Amino acid sequence: MHLELSGLTKSFGSLVANDHIDLVIEPGEIHCLLGENGAGKSTLMNMLYGLLQPDSGEIVIDGEKVQITSPSDAIKHGIGMVHQHFMLVPVFTVAENIMLGRENVRAGGVLDRKKADALVLELSDRYGFEVDPEALVEDIPVGVQQRVEIIKALTNDARVLILDEPTAVLTPAEIDELIGVMRQLKENGTSIVFITHKLKEVKAIADKITVIRRGKVVGQAEPSASEEELAELMVGRAVDLVVDKEPAEPKDAVLRVEGLTVIDERGFTAVDGVDLEVRAGEILAVAGVQGNGQTELAEALLGLTPIAAGTISLDGRDLTGRSTRQRLDAGIGYVPEDRAHDGFVGSFSVAENLVLDLFREAPFGNGMMLRTDEIEKNAQARVEEFDIRTQGIDQTVSSLSGGNQQKVVLARELSRPLKLLVASQPTRGVDVGSIEFLHSRIVKERDKGTAVLIVSTELDEIAALADRVAVMYRGKVVGVVPADTPRDELGLMMAGASKSEAHEVAIENPTTLGTI
Amino acid sequence: MTETTPDAVPAAPAKPQVIEAPADRTRRLRVGGVMLVFALIGLGLAAFTKSGKATFQLVSGDLEHNLLGLPAQPVAIVLGILGVGAAVAYILRQVPQRYAGWLAAVLGVAFIGAFLCWASAGKTFPLANQFQGTLNFATPLILGALAGVLCERAGVINIAIEGQFLVGAFTAALVSSTTNSATAALIAAAASGVLMAALLAVFSIKYLVNQVVLGVVLVVFATGITGFLFDQFMQPEAEKLNTPNVLSAVKIPGLADIPFIGPILFNQTILVYLTYLAVAVVTFVLFETRWGLRIRAVGEHPKAADTVGIKVKRIRYSAVLAAGVLAGLGGAFFTVGYAGSFAKEMTAGNGFIALAALIMGRWHPIGAMVAALFFGFATQLQSQLQIIQTPIPGELLLMAPYLATIIAVAGLVGRVRAPKADGEPYVTE
Repeated sequence: MHLELSGLTKSFGSLVANDHIDLVIEPGEIHCLLGENGAGKSTLMNMLYGLLQPDSGEIVIDGEKVQITSPSDAIKHGIGMVHQHFMLVPVFTVAENIMLGRENVRAGGVLDRKKADALVLELSDRYGFEVDPEALVEDIPVGVQQRVEIIKALTNDARVLILDEPTAVLTPAEIDELIGVMRQLKENGTSIVFITHKLKEVKAIADKITVIRRGKVVGQAEPSASEEELAELMVGRAVDLVVDKEPAEPKDAVLRVEGLTVIDERGFTAVDGVDLEVRAGEILAVAGVQGNGQTELAEALLGLTPIAAGTISLDGRDLTGRSTRQRLDAGIGYVPEDRAHDGFVGSFSVAENLVLDLFREAPFGNGMMLRTDEIEKNAQARVEEFDIRTQGIDQTVSSLSGGNQQKVVLARELSRPLKLLVASQPTRGVDVGSIEFLHSRIVKERDKGTAVLIVSTELDEIAALADRVAVMYRGKVVGVVPADTPRDELGLMMAGASKSEAHEVAIENPTTLGTI
Repeated sequence: MTETTPDAVPAAPAKPQVIEAPADRTRRLRVGGVMLVFALIGLGLAAFTKSGKATFQLVSGDLEHNLLGLPAQPVAIVLGILGVGAAVAYILRQVPQRYAGWLAAVLGVAFIGAFLCWASAGKTFPLANQFQGTLNFATPLILGALAGVLCERAGVINIAIEGQFLVGAFTAALVSSTTNSATAALIAAAASGVLMAALLAVFSIKYLVNQVVLGVVLVVFATGITGFLFDQFMQPEAEKLNTPNVLSAVKIPGLADIPFIGPILFNQTILVYLTYLAVAVVTFVLFETRWGLRIRAVGEHPKAADTVGIKVKRIRYSAVLAAGVLAGLGGAFFTVGYAGSFAKEMTAGNGFIALAALIMGRWHPIGAMVAALFFGFATQLQSQLQIIQTPIPGELLLMAPYLATIIAVAGLVGRVRAPKADGEPYVTE
């Protein structure tokens, strides 16, 4: 199928998300759409899939102009999409999810479940997916859920398959399998639009690369281009992909965690007997695929989630069972994983958010009253120091870009003297320019002698920041390894292999991404 | 192309072992505690049971034959011990989690049995009447709860069942009085339920009004409009407009001859049979048909449904309107199925009890039916006990079913999981 988008434009209010975008997808090619978070990739694909209506521009399929006003139109025209946040009903079985919307029925609208099961098994066999049609989607691993999404698109006879950030939730091994599937699909003549901001993946699989920046197509690139070239095209200026940082000079252990166990609300052991130590002046990065207990670990450290067993101590002082307030007062700074939800109050101003945990005491508080002059003065200083791009300190934080929101959060946390900084996904959904800045501030804090614990699912971020890496899998720390451990080894450990196993296997089985 | 999934990586390990979360533990102990209290009360009642026989009347109105005489105290003690055993087993987790509900059921039956033995020692308890009355009270509750199941499975909260009942009851009375036709009355009641449902649907699905507030407003509206029409038009000409024919019982040959349950279940009005049918049909439709699959999909994850080309709003409209039929029929039961005339606010909160039944039944048609039967049983028991005169004050007994509702809805249902998008309007950009 030959798909051509020309002059597609979409604005939300005053923001032009897509500005006259032209794109040609040839039959059977893997076309990468590369761009930063917020560059407009998803908006473009949502227009192609009928979830958004373009303000102007047209979509041409095989030389014919088409109107796509709903997902059913898109499906009819052979366009399938695997969304970043899976569009699966968690309490349905795999088969139910796949038949939804195009159910095989007998007389009276009665579902033909046998046929649906057979269809799932057939496609699952053809691509070596090993998906059980009777399994509930909420019970199967994320990687398998993604396969269900792909099967869903294929049963609709998709000839163009859009994959929106498909690798965000996968282990390196699973990413490798996904790459295999994509190639197989391509051989069968399916074109693939692959949306990502990860340079390594682009280089590994793309036939053609289109780079989008601020809603505009800024250029095409060949997969042979270097990462630096791609990054420059994506960001619009030369970027340092590696943070300048001196080797760590760790001192005494500040944070000691022993036998920490957290049971989540569904009754699963989220954190399973974790022992950890973070020393002053070092960055310990907790690596792992999303959902392996890192979130709960960080929350347990702050006292945001109850623990079932274990102890937490800071500088020899036992913090187990203390309130979050007491832990903050003891010198823990916290950058939460979901900043919009836990990190700031969106409708409050930048100035107010910068003192969210400081307003009780002098200089910002004064008995009953807030001292607005001090709060403003503080805000001016922080905005300048952290290069927060805002029209003014009175602007609401929710109106800032993701990167600037995160700078507000980090600026606030670093404005107290800290013994330990816990930062979960510090650069998720943040533009490359801000990533550089945030990373350098975190390293600077380390150099001041603060112990730093980073939780990240991005191996690039781990590589950039970590002095030591603790890999988590199913709630357990499978190993603590040096920062220069090869990517493939880390990847295998993220899938549960021990340090020594990972080392051997990684050498024998290099992955596509690991070898770039 | 590279090889993946090396041997060293454990291939798809078994599901992580489920350990009881702290919250679950607390809930188990709390629920277990409540169960134990009930069990001990049951045992206590047994201790205070008078000697002599408790007689249970097995056929309604027959005081000579078909009586079941039991030695009251020994039976009560056995039941009391059984109840304590069930409560202790629950607290100590002696049975797998999914059978824990059965322990609660055992306790419930044992408690009620012990209670009945205590109350009717030396007296005669009209057991057949008890079950007959249970069904009478439960019928509108079942229909209302089924209506709620359909709405909420599609993602629309329906607080307005009470309002649908009232309008249905009024319409059925009016149409039956004027046309003398049972069929016309039922159809009109169903239609009036759909009309109320249409208001709910339009304002919640199209205009995105908060569904809880909307539901309450609709109940107030229904109370107002039926009260107004009753005062202004129906009451002045009550003989013409408020003398509906009560539906006559239709005996199902064969089935009605089954001892004890036959006359109770199969010598009923068409409306009760329709209720049986509705439970089966709603269950089948929800879980085995295309429409049902789509209803559940839009109630759980409307966006996922949208991305496979399902018209979310259309499905929601269809579910809410279909539910209106059931709620309207449930309303009809109050006038043409039971009382024989309309009175202001005669549904007396039954719509809200139906809502409780739906939650207690975990948004499942069968569960909702069981819960509705339980509430019906409690209501009927209260009036029976007043007749046979137990030492418990009537006011306290009147309170019992509602207390039972609160306890049941608060704790005994275990972890309640509503449809994920229940009450959330679907808005596309």
